[in-house]
Amino acid sequence: MVEVNLWSGLRAFADGKDKVEIEAKTVGEVLLGLVKAYPGLEPTIEAGVSVAVDGRIIANSLTEPVSEDSEVFLMQRLKGG
Amino acid sequence: MPLDEYKPQSGGSELKGKSEFTHVGTSPDRPDGLDKVTGRAKFGADANAPGMLHAAVVRSPHAHARIVKIDTSKAEALKGVKAMVTRADFATDLRGENWNVLENVMAGDTALYDGHAVAAVAATSALIAKDAVKLVEVEYELLPHVTDVDAAMAKGAPVIREGAADSSVPAGMHPNVVRYHDSGHGDVEEGFAEADLVVEESFKTEATHQGYIEPHACLGTLGNDGKGELWCCTQGHWNVQKICAALLDMETSQLRVTASEIGGGFGGKTSVFIEPVALALSRKANRPVKLVMNRSEVFRASGPTSSASMDIKIGMTKDGLITAAKGVFRLQGGAFPLAPMEFSAMCAFACYNLKHVKQIGYDVMANRPKQAAYRAPGAPMAAYAVESVVDELSNKLGLDPIEVRLKNASKEGTKASYGPRFERIGLVETLEAAKAHPHYSAPLAEGQGRGISCGFWFNHGGETSVSLAMSEDGSAQIMVGTPDIGGSRASMALMAGEVLGIPYENIRVTVADTASLGYNEISHGSRVTYASGLATIKAAEAAVRELCRRAAQKWGIEEDAVYWEDGCAKPSGPNAGDFDPLPIAKICRSMGRTGGPINGHFEATPEGAGVSFATHIVDAEVDPETGKTSVSRYTVVQDAGKAIHPTYVEGQFQGGAAQGIGWALNEEYVYGEDGRLQNAVFLDYRIPVASDLPMIDTVIVEVPNPGHPYGVRGVGETSICPPLAAIANAVSGAAGVRLTELPMSPPRILEALEKNG
Repeated sequence: MVEVNLWSGLRAFADGKDKVEIEAKTVGEVLLGLVKAYPGLEPTIEAGVSVAVDGRIIANSLTEPVSEDSEVFLMQRLKGG
Repeated sequence: MPLDEYKPQSGGSELKGKSEFTHVGTSPDRPDGLDKVTGRAKFGADANAPGMLHAAVVRSPHAHARIVKIDTSKAEALKGVKAMVTRADFATDLRGENWNVLENVMAGDTALYDGHAVAAVAATSALIAKDAVKLVEVEYELLPHVTDVDAAMAKGAPVIREGAADSSVPAGMHPNVVRYHDSGHGDVEEGFAEADLVVEESFKTEATHQGYIEPHACLGTLGNDGKGELWCCTQGHWNVQKICAALLDMETSQLRVTASEIGGGFGGKTSVFIEPVALALSRKANRPVKLVMNRSEVFRASGPTSSASMDIKIGMTKDGLITAAKGVFRLQGGAFPLAPMEFSAMCAFACYNLKHVKQIGYDVMANRPKQAAYRAPGAPMAAYAVESVVDELSNKLGLDPIEVRLKNASKEGTKASYGPRFERIGLVETLEAAKAHPHYSAPLAEGQGRGISCGFWFNHGGETSVSLAMSEDGSAQIMVGTPDIGGSRASMALMAGEVLGIPYENIRVTVADTASLGYNEISHGSRVTYASGLATIKAAEAAVRELCRRAAQKWGIEEDAVYWEDGCAKPSGPNAGDFDPLPIAKICRSMGRTGGPINGHFEATPEGAGVSFATHIVDAEVDPETGKTSVSRYTVVQDAGKAIHPTYVEGQFQGGAAQGIGWALNEEYVYGEDGRLQNAVFLDYRIPVASDLPMIDTVIVEVPNPGHPYGVRGVGETSICPPLAAIANAVSGAAGVRLTELPMSPPRILEALEKNG
């Protein structure tokens, strides 16, 4: 299981938790698993999020690997100017 | 290599030592320089086509009004008018951001801001088109309006759009609050209780425009066969293709988009404003249509940045340790969602290693144009507020501002204020370099103040395709899909030259159109030198592998017994055979007879952009009679990871500082009580000119990014994060007053001086 940290504003959609455990081997599986376990997160994830894995911010690639040791944070989707 | 297979190397294992670089780190002449100084470069308005029509747009003079009726009959009767479009000429089943973009491009049943497009006309000349605009009769029913962010959130404020809020917004908020962000860690109240001094202050910043010199311009053709061509100035033509196709209900592949040279973008050309209108008019008239905004239209109807209202509270011990920090960031993004409040929140405290931190953001709609990105969207205003409070705390506790920042600085392994732990970063290195710079120890003249500020931006990777083709003489052509907004063609040629071992001058880099290369994300997020650069290196390496294979074939030895050095294939050792080096030109001359053309390409979504930090030092003085602030000395210190073309990097540093000076001192959107923009020309919207600026000194710090083969970090956006606060801190030191509202224009300074007695 991978521990996924949510930003505080998402607690309301994850039974009040700011950390949840998801069975996943990739970033894409993390996102799918989050929606399956907590459907209230779907609009946020559908709107676009980034996932930080061990400090590296993954903005797009669903195939990036994650492991049980990974520090995983859900983040707002990145863009720029 | 297949999509997404490339993985950044942890610890920078691919990095070359500085001494190994031949081309990288040099600053040859820019490849587009001659074209631009001789007028040969073709910008958005420079394209023409046989039978071309000229378009003009009918815009709302009201901040908020229901469109009762649009009567185009008189305009259509004018000789020379060939087509008119309104909202009815665009797709009707759009959702999400495509719907928002269309709503901004052409109003539906309501005009949402002064300058909102409500109709457009195409005619045989620009003058006839303008005359026709005056003949379009629009009947409006005026609605109450609001343009200030705090007023837009207040009870009783006019509602811009019912039901626009998403599920993140807590119950009970005004309907104009459409998104909400809440993040952080620790317990800020516990942290504030540990502080010896707590400073709490509120700040406001006005909207500023990106101020690019080239207005939006395009030439569109959309024929009866459903095939389209579009020439436009943009930071991302695949994005233009995608949005235009959606708004015109056509297949993406049927629209070819070519990016012109670009006269500045800074984030403001990452969306579309006029391109779908030109195409819709062309579809109706069956002729090419050119549409060029004038400066007033650029100000009124193409995205400025958000205005902001912010509350900051920071606690500090007597020896300068920050015990807790809290920020509330309210950003209005015009009459549409997506003001970048989450970036304000996430960037605000990123420079600091904090045990207790909390940040809250509100995305607020108001009767203003749809905001667009502007260099590190959301971050500069947040840095202004936070770094002003850090300065106040340092002053009140008698501490050196750089030492305070060093004591609290984020480092590799620090838990960032936005959640994860940092990889290798260079904030401390920029602070140390600033401290050691002669500027920091230079004595100040009477009446001068010195300000320090740090800044942070994420940077980005994104979808990227690059193709490289060898010519028979051994020179190379490279096709990239990221419009060159900051010197990227030179940087790509340098990186390819490094791999191929051929001179910079032997490489030509072209920004390909959407029909000539795979998908490329917009040139935004400071991503181009990082992502297109990485793809260029990998494409060149693919070509080198093939060049080595041809040499091995010629010599009759194994491919892995050949290596590439200085533009030649060489046998890897005595056991491989005794062969003279085979130059690239010789291999390429016979490539048609040895297996065919030699090319290389690379497609990926690189995800190792690496964040970036900067520290700025500013000296300023304030004229107590007029309230005018003069910036007398300015130094930018920033981590570039690895500067591929150092003078271009310095240009990015200086450009960010110059724009920041304008934002801090003079630039602002001024709305009247009627909700109309009062200063929609450069005479009244005052960007800095050369005489306003000192020579901006630069220090390039290089803490390599492990996610790029040569260590590159994006540099285009971080440079605009520190200036607002650095200048405010200098003004505070010079005039003895703390301004909490930008711009610090002469009237505001005089008012503050008067209040201060």
